[in-house]
Parts: sequence; structure tokens; C-alpha cells
Amino acid sequence: MEDPYQVIHDTTFRLLKKSATELPKEIKEALEAANERETNETAKTQLSAILTNMEIAETGVPMCQDTGIMIFYVKVGDKFPFIGEIKNALTEATRKATAEVPLRPNAVNPIVGGNSGDNTGVKIPWINWEIVEGDSLEIVAFPKGGGSENVCIVGMLKPGVGLTGVKKLVVDNAMSYMGKACAPNIIGVGIGGGSDIAIKIAKQQLMRPLSDKHPEPEVAKIEEEIMEAINATGIGPMGLGGSTTVLGVKVDYAMRHPASLPVGIAVQCWAARQSKAVISKDLKVTYVTHPMEGN
Amino acid sequence: MVEYHLTTPISEDDARKLKIGDIIYVTGEHVYTARDEAHERALEMYEKGEKTPVDFEGSVVYHVGPLAWQKDGKWKVVSAGPTTSVRMELFEDEFLRKYKARILVGKGGMGQKTLAALKEVGAVYTSYTGGCGALAAKGLKEVTAYLWQDLGMPEALWVITAEEFGPLLVTMDSHGNSMHDDMDKKVAARKAEVYSKIGAKE
Repeated sequence: MEDPYQVIHDTTFRLLKKSATELPKEIKEALEAANERETNETAKTQLSAILTNMEIAETGVPMCQDTGIMIFYVKVGDKFPFIGEIKNALTEATRKATAEVPLRPNAVNPIVGGNSGDNTGVKIPWINWEIVEGDSLEIVAFPKGGGSENVCIVGMLKPGVGLTGVKKLVVDNAMSYMGKACAPNIIGVGIGGGSDIAIKIAKQQLMRPLSDKHPEPEVAKIEEEIMEAINATGIGPMGLGGSTTVLGVKVDYAMRHPASLPVGIAVQCWAARQSKAVISKDLKVTYVTHPMEGN
Repeated sequence: MVEYHLTTPISEDDARKLKIGDIIYVTGEHVYTARDEAHERALEMYEKGEKTPVDFEGSVVYHVGPLAWQKDGKWKVVSAGPTTSVRMELFEDEFLRKYKARILVGKGGMGQKTLAALKEVGAVYTSYTGGCGALAAKGLKEVTAYLWQDLGMPEALWVITAEEFGPLLVTMDSHGNSMHDDMDKKVAARKAEVYSKIGAKE
């Protein structure tokens, strides 16, 4: 049998490389469709630069120099036999990817300063753990760029403002950062729970497929309304004008405290990088977002 | 809209000819990267009467933290799209007055302090499509020096020779015009329509 550590490590390395160099197919298609649809000349120039950039990147070059801070979402089956190997494998794969893809060293010590040089350090890579039923391991590499991260917010609203207040917060935020988050964006919104829960739910929405609608029609309607409102602003690609400001808006919620209406807003740039794989208990690897050629 | 192909160093006259909406392609040895920390250091050196290792006058200052690597002992830019320029709003006006860079490259636009300094000094701010690092790297042909390495790869001062680096869209010029301000006004004018879609009021 193969060495479980090595399999997790090598899989993670491929996830990191693919996420930096190739967008998931549906995001690429959404950008192509936006380029077809736009009539604004500047917007077309921006989108066609983005599409050309993606072609160059697919030869193995990171699409954006900001290859993000290293975040993983890991779902571990309660019967997956190699749980103890995961953390080290992810960290070492991050080091290898930094040197060999390469990725930009983006781990800076906020207290004493200094860049670690290899994208690892205190609490980084950050791993979001979830224990699920089953015997396999799902890893999502989710490197997050700084420009779009800088406009993520948490609002602690008064419950009296209701869902209109929630939608207004998302729209006002978009009208304040304009193109600074490298529009067209994808926006995740988390409602309820608490301050930490709301932003966590918001971030998780960024992993939903663009075509996905929330199963509850009331929530799906909020997604649609916010998306339509933000695209009516005319902010456009890179904030230079146009009708494509967001490619998707994804909302989810948790129950809230009677006194609180927390809203988390997570913003993703057009370079919405992520890559997912599943490793079975007998160490068979299935790449989900970036399948191996010939499969 | 006019398309210009400029070679560094760029004169004040050339910079003053540029207007918002123009497109520039830059060639030459005087392309310098500078983000928050490089701006800060350059200004500190000026205060202390020290000379910076490069002469910024007539140069292109690119707001970017490049991703680069060393191949056969030589540094090469792999991916280098713009960073968000407004962070440099804290320093840019003083930097322009003291060092007279002529073309700034970044994304997202800058504020009123920078706009006033562009007018005073004779310089422009240009926007390059954010996230297009692989495309930008094609125009950044050669790294001739990697200075201030203690700041780390993103924040260091990279000296680059460019070849037809662009298209750079002039979005703030030396005549007091800003496409970013124009966009703010356009979006503000649509606010009522935007709010009507979510049932919100001012």
C-alpha cells in the first residue's frame, strides 16, 4: 500500500498548483459569458484581459501574483484511517508548492513583522476541520487573495431592520468598495448565528457552484435580488463601468439570538480559486474541480 | 482615446499630454515596484537626506507585489498584476512631489490627495486589470535588481525592464480628471434604482 502521508501530500500539492493556475470550469465559463454579454467598451477590455490572462495561466503560471493566504476546508470521515497525517501533509505540501509552483510567500507575522517565506507559520495554513460520517477525506484548497479579503465585513444589525437591512448592508458594501476587490466578484452572505458564525457561513458560500440556488425559495430569492441590485449599480469589471459586477451571490443562515442579527459578507475576486479532491480509505484520489486528463 | 507607446524615462511634458481614457504601453529600464513599505522607506530616506538606490524621476512606479523566482541564478517575474492602490494614498502625494515618478500603475484608483499631486507634479495614474498577473509578466521582461529584500518578496523594490508593458488605462490625469470619481458619481446616481430592487430606502 502507498504511504498515506505521501498520498495526502501529493494530492494537496496538485490542488494548490491547479487552484493557482486554472479556474474551475464554471467560473471560466461565467467570465466568457460576461464578455459576450457586455456592451460597455471598458468592461470588454477588462474581461478580455482576464480571459487572455487565464489562457497564459493554464500553461502553469499563477493567474494572479497574489496567490493568497493558505486556507483549507477539510471534511474527514469519522472512519478515515489516516487523520493524524493530514495536518503535516497539508503544511509540507504548502511549502513545496510555494517553492515549486511557485506561490508568493504571503505569511507575515503581524506582531514582530517579517515574512516566513514559505506560506506557513503561526496558525497558517489555516485548516477548517469538519468531521462527517464516512471513511474518506475531502480536501478543498482555498487560497484567498488579499484585495477581496480586505472588503469582507461583519455587520451586527438591529433585528428591526429585517431582511431589507441585510440586503442593504450587502449592496452598500459593494457600492463602497466599487472595483477594489477585482470585480466581477462572487459574494457570500451568512445571516444569523453570531459574529464568527455569520462570516464563517458567508465564506463557505464561496465554495458553492455558481449555478447553485439555495434550496429554500425565500433564501434563493434574496440571492437573486441582491445579485440583480448590485449588477444594476453599473460598477462593472474592475470598477471601471459595465453590467457585470457580480457573477454570483450565495446566501445561507443559522438561527439567530433574539437580540442579534449578525450578517457576514465574504467577497471573492474574479480569480475565485479553489480545488477539491476526495481521498478514499484505500488511498484512491478523485480530483473533483480539476479532473485528471483522460478521466 | 489615444494609444501611446512610451519609453522611460518619461518627461513631464509627455506625462501632461496624457488624458483619462488613453491607453499606454511602456518600454524601458525604469519600472520600479513599490507598495506600502517601499513608499514608506523612500520617504524616510528623503527625510534623512539619504539617496535611494534608484532615481524615481521619470519612472513608472508599479503598485505590485510580484511573484518571482530564481532560475539559473537570475530572478524572473512569474506573475505580477497590480495591488489595490488606495493603500498608498497615505504616501503617494509626498512621494510624487519628492521623487517625480511620471506614471503610476495600480488598480482601483486613488484619492484626492494623489489627484492633486498628479496635477502639481505632472504625472498620471493608470489602471491595469487586477488579477492579470500572468499577462502582466509577459511585458515585464527582465529583473535588473531586487532591492530592499529585507521587506520580503511582495514589498521589496524590484527594478524591471519592460517591453510594451500594457495596456495601461489612464484613469487619473494631470488635469484633475479621475475616471474613478466619475464612476463614483455614476453609481451614486443609480442608488435609488439599485435600492428599489431590494425594497430599501436611503
